[in-house]
Amino acid sequence: MGTVTVENLKKSFGKVQAIAGISFETVAGEIFGIIGADGAGKSTLLQILVTLLTPSGGSGTILGYDIFKDYRKIRTLVGYMPERFSLYPDLTVEENLQFFTKLFNVRQSSEDLSLNTFARQLIPFKNRRAGKLSGGMKQKLALSCALVHNPQLLILDEPTRGVDPISRTEFWQKLISLRDSGKTIIVTTSYMDEANLCDRIAFCDQGRFLLTDSPQSIINKEKEPIYAIRGSNMFRLLQTVRQWERTKACYTFGDTLHLRIDKGYSTDELLHFLKNSGCPDVSIQAIKANIEDCFMQLVNNPEKAETTIN
Amino acid sequence: MGNTLIYLLEKEIKQFVRDPFLPKLALFFPVMVILILPLVADLDFKNISICIVDNDNSTFSRRLIASVQNTSYFRVHDFPSNYKAALNDIEQNEADLILEIPADYEKSLTRQHPQKLSITANAVNAQKGNAGINYLMQIIQKTIKENGSQVSSMNSAYPEMITIRNFYNETLNFRFFMIPALMAMLIILLCGFLPALNIVKEKENGTIEQINVTPINKLTFTFAKLIPYWLMGLLVLTIAMLIAYWVYGLAPIGNIGIIYGIALLFILTMSSIGLIVSNYSSTMQQTAFVMFFFIITSILMSGLFTPIESMPGWAQTITNFIPPRYFIEVMRGVYLKGCTFPDVSIQFLKLGIFAIILMAWAALSYKKQL
Repeated sequence: MGTVTVENLKKSFGKVQAIAGISFETVAGEIFGIIGADGAGKSTLLQILVTLLTPSGGSGTILGYDIFKDYRKIRTLVGYMPERFSLYPDLTVEENLQFFTKLFNVRQSSEDLSLNTFARQLIPFKNRRAGKLSGGMKQKLALSCALVHNPQLLILDEPTRGVDPISRTEFWQKLISLRDSGKTIIVTTSYMDEANLCDRIAFCDQGRFLLTDSPQSIINKEKEPIYAIRGSNMFRLLQTVRQWERTKACYTFGDTLHLRIDKGYSTDELLHFLKNSGCPDVSIQAIKANIEDCFMQLVNNPEKAETTIN
Repeated sequence: MGNTLIYLLEKEIKQFVRDPFLPKLALFFPVMVILILPLVADLDFKNISICIVDNDNSTFSRRLIASVQNTSYFRVHDFPSNYKAALNDIEQNEADLILEIPADYEKSLTRQHPQKLSITANAVNAQKGNAGINYLMQIIQKTIKENGSQVSSMNSAYPEMITIRNFYNETLNFRFFMIPALMAMLIILLCGFLPALNIVKEKENGTIEQINVTPINKLTFTFAKLIPYWLMGLLVLTIAMLIAYWVYGLAPIGNIGIIYGIALLFILTMSSIGLIVSNYSSTMQQTAFVMFFFIITSILMSGLFTPIESMPGWAQTITNFIPPRYFIEVMRGVYLKGCTFPDVSIQFLKLGIFAIILMAWAALSYKKQL
């Protein structure tokens, strides 16, 4: 049995359906990433998993405990890091750690803490108020607090949002080492590079999972060619490319445009079209699809998603 | 539960002490309220502006005018020549009261049916008008009585003056009446408002989310929120009582233990109300608004400023559900009348019931799950 097993989970707020039937299963010792735009229902799903919200329908177990009945037990077994920094800003780093350690009724010496968490990095700041920490440090402290009771399952809601790239890397290294020590981690993110670090990812859109698989096989399954376009006036270029009748999808990706075209047409025709439309200096290059391309493809063509799942 | 409660309390107290504002407020508030409010919330009217129309111009009328001028209650605004001119002063809001002495009033005093003095009051402020009329009647009666030796056969014409003696607050010092009630107001404000803002602050900061995923139980959490205000309320009450003693020389006649006993129940009641409101609201604005409404209602209906006995019947029934009422009754009773415990046991019982019900409600309304 999986660490987390949910079946057809639903949650509505009034008329708004935030979760429209999600089923998935995680296995012990994996990082399960949930990728999706803001408002896709990721946070709601996580709040259900940590028993902060009661689902409107469906069923599920966390570490073998029922999410409806055994929420008290689940709370002692799961580590949760909400999207917003939610430790006490007016308590110091050390006080926050001690406070949450005590609330979970665990006896843990300070050595245990430093082995298990970022606490070693936090030692120089232990007398600083949590509210005065930098963004990266706050997240490290929050993760440390989520780990005080040595949970087997960690649920992290966008833990690296607004964190600098170096801290992000450190944070993910930590997650990977936690995974290697046997913990299961469910993490949401809107950074596609982080998606590649997950063992499996789920694309979430409008309260549904469009696709669940490992990042590598998602990319491998993508057969359609993607073209990267560069030019001098990118905005004009984007609008012009979208006017071409063979364009299926075109969107910005960093400093390039990514393009999908109808089958059986070549980019030479596009170059010709662009020249006639007043965009002369353009380079087009066929590339391999990445996770974001797959995500965009699925979100724009949900009917295709259904078939991929089944 | 025991240990967790201690950790939570430790956290609450640390947070309170570290707040840049709250500890100062808890000290400044009682000092401010007890030092300043008793001086301004005074229903003894002084300096009532009066116009006297003297059509008599006799020895008696001059004596009467002199007695009016001699009290601190009245300030003679003018001596208009006729009633119409005096009425004009009232319309201009320059005078509160007109005393008209008819012509030949002194002479008529010796007759069987003397002429009548006329008093006209501006009753826009009804209390002030009434108070003015009462003071003036007393002065007039006194003057007539003093005049009595010179005027023959007057005893039959005037009934004996009513003698009034005020029990419990013999100097009718309004401050003594107000101070115990102001102490109640202090507790209502501090121990009602602050807990109300406390939980909602955790909601706004998001810290409640982290607390909710811990295995901590509702009752422990609620207790941890109530106990700090208990301590704070007792501290504030002590400060207020010390100031009342040092500055106004007002000490409770009854047992101080009764005051602390009822205060314990009352603080618990008020903090529970605060927590309930806090549990049901999601922003500080909502909480503050609801609490404000509640506090204004309870201050006005608890008998703090206006006696409950003079409210309409239905309103008196409502006051049974206003917890501050009982606290104020006990405070005034012990401070001014020296009530003993049996005298106020009903109030203890009722407030105790409120405390238990509201505390249970506070604990139940705290939802760890949304």
